[in-house]
Amino acid sequence: MTPPGPPRRASTPPGPPRRASAPPGPLRRASTLLYRRRLFYLSLLLAPPLLWFGPVYAGSLFALLVQSFYRVDEFSGSVVEEPSLETYRALVGSAAHLDIVARTVAMAAAVTVACALVAFPVAYYAARYARGRTRAAFYLAVMTPLWASYLVKVYAWRLLLAREGIVTWLFESLGLGRALALVLDAPVVGGPSLSASHLGTFLVFTYMWLPFMILPTQAALERVPLPLLEASADLGARPLATFARVILPLAMPGVVAGSVFTFSLTLGDYIIPSLVGTPGFFIGMMVYQQQGTAGNVPLAAAFSTVPVALVAAYLALAKKAGALDAL
Amino acid sequence: MPSEPAAGPGAPEPAARRAEAHAAGRPGAPGAAGGRPRAPLALKAFALAGVLFLHLPLALIALYAFTTEDKTYRFPPPGLTLAWFGRAFARDDIWRAAGLSVAVAAGATALALVLGTMTAAAMFRGRFWGKESLTFALTLPIALPGVVTGVALLSAMKLAAVSPGVLTVVAGHATFCIVIVYNNVVARLRRLPPNLIEASMDLGADGAQTFRYVVAPQAATALLAGGLLAFALSFDEIIVTLFTAGHEQTLPIWFYAELFKPRDRPVTNVVALVVMLVTALPVLGAYRLTGGDEGAAGAGKL
Amino acid sequence: MAVAAVELAGVRRAFGATVALDDVSFSVGEGEFFSMLGPSGSGKTTCLRVIAGFERPDRGRVLLGGEPVEGRPPYERDVNTVFQDYALFPHMSVLENVEYGLRVKGVARAERRRRALAMLELVRLPGLGDRRPSALSGGQRQRVALARALVNEPRVLLLDEPLGALDLKLREEMQGELKALQRRLGVTFLLVTHDQGEALAMSDRVAVFAAGRLEQVDTPQNLYGRPATAFVAGFVGSANVVGAAQAEALVGRAAPFALRPEHVRLAGAGRPEGRPGARGRVVDLQYQGPVTRLVVDAGPGGRLAASVPSGEAALPAPGDEVELWWDEASMVPLPGAP
Repeated sequence: MTPPGPPRRASTPPGPPRRASAPPGPLRRASTLLYRRRLFYLSLLLAPPLLWFGPVYAGSLFALLVQSFYRVDEFSGSVVEEPSLETYRALVGSAAHLDIVARTVAMAAAVTVACALVAFPVAYYAARYARGRTRAAFYLAVMTPLWASYLVKVYAWRLLLAREGIVTWLFESLGLGRALALVLDAPVVGGPSLSASHLGTFLVFTYMWLPFMILPTQAALERVPLPLLEASADLGARPLATFARVILPLAMPGVVAGSVFTFSLTLGDYIIPSLVGTPGFFIGMMVYQQQGTAGNVPLAAAFSTVPVALVAAYLALAKKAGALDAL
Repeated sequence: MPSEPAAGPGAPEPAARRAEAHAAGRPGAPGAAGGRPRAPLALKAFALAGVLFLHLPLALIALYAFTTEDKTYRFPPPGLTLAWFGRAFARDDIWRAAGLSVAVAAGATALALVLGTMTAAAMFRGRFWGKESLTFALTLPIALPGVVTGVALLSAMKLAAVSPGVLTVVAGHATFCIVIVYNNVVARLRRLPPNLIEASMDLGADGAQTFRYVVAPQAATALLAGGLLAFALSFDEIIVTLFTAGHEQTLPIWFYAELFKPRDRPVTNVVALVVMLVTALPVLGAYRLTGGDEGAAGAGKL
Repeated sequence: MAVAAVELAGVRRAFGATVALDDVSFSVGEGEFFSMLGPSGSGKTTCLRVIAGFERPDRGRVLLGGEPVEGRPPYERDVNTVFQDYALFPHMSVLENVEYGLRVKGVARAERRRRALAMLELVRLPGLGDRRPSALSGGQRQRVALARALVNEPRVLLLDEPLGALDLKLREEMQGELKALQRRLGVTFLLVTHDQGEALAMSDRVAVFAAGRLEQVDTPQNLYGRPATAFVAGFVGSANVVGAAQAEALVGRAAPFALRPEHVRLAGAGRPEGRPGARGRVVDLQYQGPVTRLVVDAGPGGRLAASVPSGEAALPAPGDEVELWWDEASMVPLPGAP
């Protein structure tokens, strides 16, 4: 290692004196302290949010879970705070309860499929063919209903589906009144009117969650790089094959992400089925009723774990099936 | 799923049309105008129909706010009038409910802005013990069904012997408003080139000065967008609020009661229209602020 | 001896299992143009960041102008950095960028404006003060980054691969400008680069890094002519690094050495008396403009590269048998090599 080279003298005179060392003010000293002690800085930043999140949010979730392991004493009607599986047993043991779960899951599945079928062409068009202004317009057009007021949208469907409303009017004008009556007479989906039938509930759910399915699907489709499609065509695949073998698998994570929303949102919703649909209960309605008028918080808590467990299982299954591989 | 839905009734020579559409749909295929793929007509029609379907109910709301019919939801409306607007604006209970909603939204947003930004500042770079768990926890308020959050908060309130009221409503809202603000701000901070903060410190600015001169101006739009979205979300919230409000009545709760026991249909219609317009403004504002950035604004709800 | 502008003593920095800097020590004199050269991952950038203050060494000392600064944050060091991607503040104009350092120190508006404008003149970017960085070309942004750092009159200027993003012509032009600027201002420059040509062209001395350790710190001429290790021989310019077994086959002594291809010559009529050499078959021939590079398989002597002037008549073709020779003095011993 050679010693430093011969020092060069500056050809211009040196500038003003270096580092006029005024002692650093308190703010600077604090800044330096936090800079040096990164963990302390992080703790300071995270303490208030965690104080909020921890006890308030996480705590109440935990409390709810704990509640589901308590039970309600049949005679006194009050909650017995001893751990027991009694409540869960009541949940799965009662045919009525299982009915509710089945009804909700069936609805969620139907809604998910419908949303996927409707959303995919829309997302596909927006991702593949819409450019510049059109694409931005599309995005805005899908986003605005997403953020529009939930209750207003449900109310709008009440208007739509009312017996004297626009849907009936449309069917009558097209001379399809009989067809509509036939549908309403059908066993599972029908009812006294559209707004008091499972079909009505299904329509409202599909409408409400459609943007939740369109946006992730579109995002996933947009992420498919054009060179992949060109390579597929170059290797001899016709458009249909390219679609089935390249585009669809790559778009799957988006569809799955959307389906998690539609599934989860339908499983837990208690407002829509009570405003549009048959008297039959859904899981969310059970939760609402049990913790309210029925005073059976443990049962409500037990019911509320069902959507969470189902969605978690769904996600695990999707991962296993490789639907999320392209992520 | 076929690459385009079967051509609708009345489409001439479907096979030939489909073949042509195939050829035109492939990128760079001969005949495609300037290399830009042309969409098959059926696909385009379906997509447009889908978007229109999304907006039809909203348009209907606008229509019904003016109908002269006041007993049913008759379509087509027998006539149009502005009379109901006057009646709605005279209703005290509506103004009270609206006022409460605004106050709650403002409170929840303020809390969310502070706590959400602090969280984003801690999380946007670097690793530390517990970071993954915290990231997961921060998705829960949006990922979990609202009913779960609602019943959890209510039973926690009962446990702590806290009686439901305005503060509990704000608390419930703040929880997911924090996540909205956090998502927006953290996304923006992550896009900051890491060297910017280093460059600022290298040039002599300490942490506080760097925040003031470099970080804050860059993050300002994300903060504002997050705040607007949080406000809109809180203003509209019903699912969790029904659990935490007790006897208080926010505007959505007022609306919900009307849906079960309609007192005055036309007034409900007017309120629906006004709410729709009022909540559209912050959302559009947030969209403009994030530069029309796909994902940043949508990331709030999703 | 004058106090070194920068001195590192036994600096060590590890990231988990990866040791980025392993017992690094060197010093840089006032007014020197000093380069840190090495392949990616060699630790040169980490070294720069340790000097700037963005990383704290696990062990060892860092001294600026004789003062230990290991614990000091970057804003308390008399050092400024030109970043690889320039790191210009996008929400500020060019002028606001350049005066930033003065602004945070509380210099009055008129004064800092004057000095910023003067600095922009110095880097030959007059009149661009009101533009945003996004409206500038890469070369212009680089000069703004330079001006922004220099306006603070730092004792040491650190440059992190400043010319990497520029195309060849611009790079060569900037090399000359940087050298001239440094001479004019007399500021100590510390440059990080992986381009050995760049380091050789601009520096007074170069430190060669490999895998977190310093291989050699020397003048460009010595690095090229007298590489201390096999790595330096291979990294700075190309070289034939002849291992012990190979050397034994070639010259009868099992002492490893380095041999520059331009010192290896083709024997035309015959090898001059007494010179070391080898016989072999041409396996590759690459025309490189002024010179042509031959790779010759000399059997137990291994493969040797020769760089001969292209104009020479009768260049062999691949597959031909040739005879090579070189001067004894061209063989640079590599004591530590295998």
